[in-house]
Amino acid sequence: MKILTKLIATMLFVTMFSPLYAATIKWSMPGDSLTLDPHAQNEGPTHMVSRQIYEGLVTRAIDMSIQPQLSTSWKTTDPETWVFNLRKDVKFQDGSLLKASDVEFSINRALTGTSDVKELINSITSVKALDNSTIEIKTKGPNPILLNQLVQIFIMSESWSKKNGCETAQDYNASQETFCSINAMGTGPFKITLREQNTRTVFERNENWWGNQSQHNIDKIELLPIKNDATRVAALLSGDIDFTNFTPAQDINRIKNSSMHKVVSAAQSRTIFFGMDQGVDELRSSNIKGKNPFKDKNVRLAFYHALDMNAIKAKIMRGLSEPAGMITFPGVQGYTKQLDKRLSFDPNLSKKLLADAGYPKGFEITLDCPNNRYINDEAICVAAVGMLAKVGIKVNLDSQPKSIHFKDLKGGLSDFYMLGWGVPTFDSHYVYSFLLKSDGSWNKSGFKNKKVDELVGTMLTETNLDKRNANIAEAWSIVQDNMPYLPLHHQVISWGTKSNVNIPIRTNNEPLFRFAKVN
Amino acid sequence: MFNYFLKRLLQSILVMLIVGFVSFSLFNFVGDPVNNMVGQEASEETREEIREKLGLNDPVYTQFFKFVVNASNGEFGLSYELRRPVSLLISERLPATLELVLVSALIAIFFGVLFGVYTAINRDGFVSNFILITSLFGVSLPTFVIGILFIYLFSVILGILPSFGRGEVVNFGFWSTGFLTISGIKALILPSITLSLFQMTYIIRLVRAEMIEILQTDYIKFARARGINNKVINNRHALKNGLIPVITITGINIGTLIAFSIITETVFQWPGMGLLFINAVQFVDVPIMSAYLIMVAFLFVMINFIVDIAYYFIDPRIRLKEEEAIK
Repeated sequence: MKILTKLIATMLFVTMFSPLYAATIKWSMPGDSLTLDPHAQNEGPTHMVSRQIYEGLVTRAIDMSIQPQLSTSWKTTDPETWVFNLRKDVKFQDGSLLKASDVEFSINRALTGTSDVKELINSITSVKALDNSTIEIKTKGPNPILLNQLVQIFIMSESWSKKNGCETAQDYNASQETFCSINAMGTGPFKITLREQNTRTVFERNENWWGNQSQHNIDKIELLPIKNDATRVAALLSGDIDFTNFTPAQDINRIKNSSMHKVVSAAQSRTIFFGMDQGVDELRSSNIKGKNPFKDKNVRLAFYHALDMNAIKAKIMRGLSEPAGMITFPGVQGYTKQLDKRLSFDPNLSKKLLADAGYPKGFEITLDCPNNRYINDEAICVAAVGMLAKVGIKVNLDSQPKSIHFKDLKGGLSDFYMLGWGVPTFDSHYVYSFLLKSDGSWNKSGFKNKKVDELVGTMLTETNLDKRNANIAEAWSIVQDNMPYLPLHHQVISWGTKSNVNIPIRTNNEPLFRFAKVN
Repeated sequence: MFNYFLKRLLQSILVMLIVGFVSFSLFNFVGDPVNNMVGQEASEETREEIREKLGLNDPVYTQFFKFVVNASNGEFGLSYELRRPVSLLISERLPATLELVLVSALIAIFFGVLFGVYTAINRDGFVSNFILITSLFGVSLPTFVIGILFIYLFSVILGILPSFGRGEVVNFGFWSTGFLTISGIKALILPSITLSLFQMTYIIRLVRAEMIEILQTDYIKFARARGINNKVINNRHALKNGLIPVITITGINIGTLIAFSIITETVFQWPGMGLLFINAVQFVDVPIMSAYLIMVAFLFVMINFIVDIAYYFIDPRIRLKEEEAIK
């Protein structure tokens, strides 16, 4: 009897003091986080889940600007040494206090061995806890974009990781799963209370979170992955889920027409373009033998002028794309509206340029295209084939699943290909070091320019921001002048929610539930 | 007897090995798993290191040999995508698929036999023709279209059934069941009907054809002449004999149901093995793909093996042949 009275009293107490608008959000995307180990996978949905539980020294706000998170301030004592002051009131979800040694441990963990984020921060040479709340990071040469890179490095508890046997990220060829890949314990606003991978993951509010709890009213998030687009839309319309950050373009009007739902769209941080191999002496798939037409800038421009991106926007993307004039997007350091303006769509000019280059009748070439990577990727390629045919270029389309497309691309087997590029650091250096540097690991265009290579080097070391920005601008003017890639468009993402759910949209497609409100 | 048994067993093992080898050779055309495993920043060296670690640079036969040795020890390795043991992943997902297949098979058999008998007895009736015409949709419409139509009708428009998932499940040790909760049973309705439609159509036509044939045989005519009532003739004399081929074929088709469940599971986000397999194909998750294919092959080989053995006991001709061979 006594127990019963106590129970009733507790229940009353809980009901009385729980927040007025305590809410649950059911969230869906096509896949799930691959692992809860925050350093084991450098992949979008995996970061999306980890970001709710784990935090970094610095982070990006809703508008993608860099903000302090676990650190309150930082300074460089010399060009190669950074000192971060840690927030003092931060507790992990198990109640232990965050110490500088946890940060030292986490960055070292992210830097070594089986970590998949080590390439992001490979300029770091040493990390040292100076005292309980100060951390010193040394880099190889000056690194002006260290903060941009640290955004992706989540801080774990040293004692928790060591106790559970995961001092390092999960190995590829291990025979056992590690504790940290199926459990999570961070400092963030939510903690995981149930994990059934690919079926259901439940996050609950971390009452001891250091941040401002009144920014959101979410008590519980349920992540329910739904692979099939049509099913996911049906689940949203029938009320089985509240929110998806993967809304298929063809269903946006349907969701908008529902009085109970809304769709918000924003330019995504990803640009789609075609690459042309200008490096080889003879193209593999062309009927032109003995020389490579792409070496001639006129040919590249002829391809450019033949593509009507406004038509593709209207007919294929249903209005959800921004035609692009450069291969990076607004928000990236080095982007300008001026450079992003497309050259004219002009088939006649195209034909003239081809004739000037010595191909009045055009030529034949194969376009390699993925069919499950970017929004409407295959349809865009099909449209491009038609547009290029009008100026006399016979394009054979070879569209394949991403696992084969990227394998062929990496293997240097493609003459003409589609590629998309996101920039997690929001800095042009990321575009240059992979796509435009002579030895960039994704530079399959064969573009080589000594001046550009030199400028890429200075982008990494120049700490005077004005000088650095001038370098970036100079590099872009060289690239725009040579046009080694054909920019197509910037992708637009759409988030579908119930009308009463407000989650600020972010260009990297990553929701932050600590800013979400359900009315 | 022993000889026959041994011969069948060896044949089964050979079939398994061939299936395994063929699927292994095909994996080379699915793409490069390493590109999916690492971020776009990963350097060539890192990629190469992983390839080396996973043994992807070895020739197909070496990879296959390693796989056979490990698989015979029940060891299927770690999933590339999920970094969890494949045996664990499959055992977690097996209950969902088996429950779905079981319910679908029961629906297909129950309604298949019911409608089959009905249409055989009442030929050219309005209801019979209606059943036969509707059942044509069952074979001609692809499963995913039927599934999506069901979801739109029952979840979006009527709002009475869940659009995806398995509902609440109850765990008994390694087995998770959806039979014991209301949401679990509700979640089972649409996918199991979707999955059963093809088999149901098949059984309707089979039962109908068998029944029509049997109803014209002499012993039925004699039964009628004896004045036995129609109900008894149809249900006891005709149906019982008509069911023999149905049972054989349905047994074999359980394997097909498991294979068909790939599509149904994708449409309904049913957390079973089919969904696991589809994800694995897109990721080029070789350990999961090979384990799944071997498992399905094992299933079919087992069914055939049991059928062969059963024939041995049922069909005296096989036994006689064996005995002669020994002499």
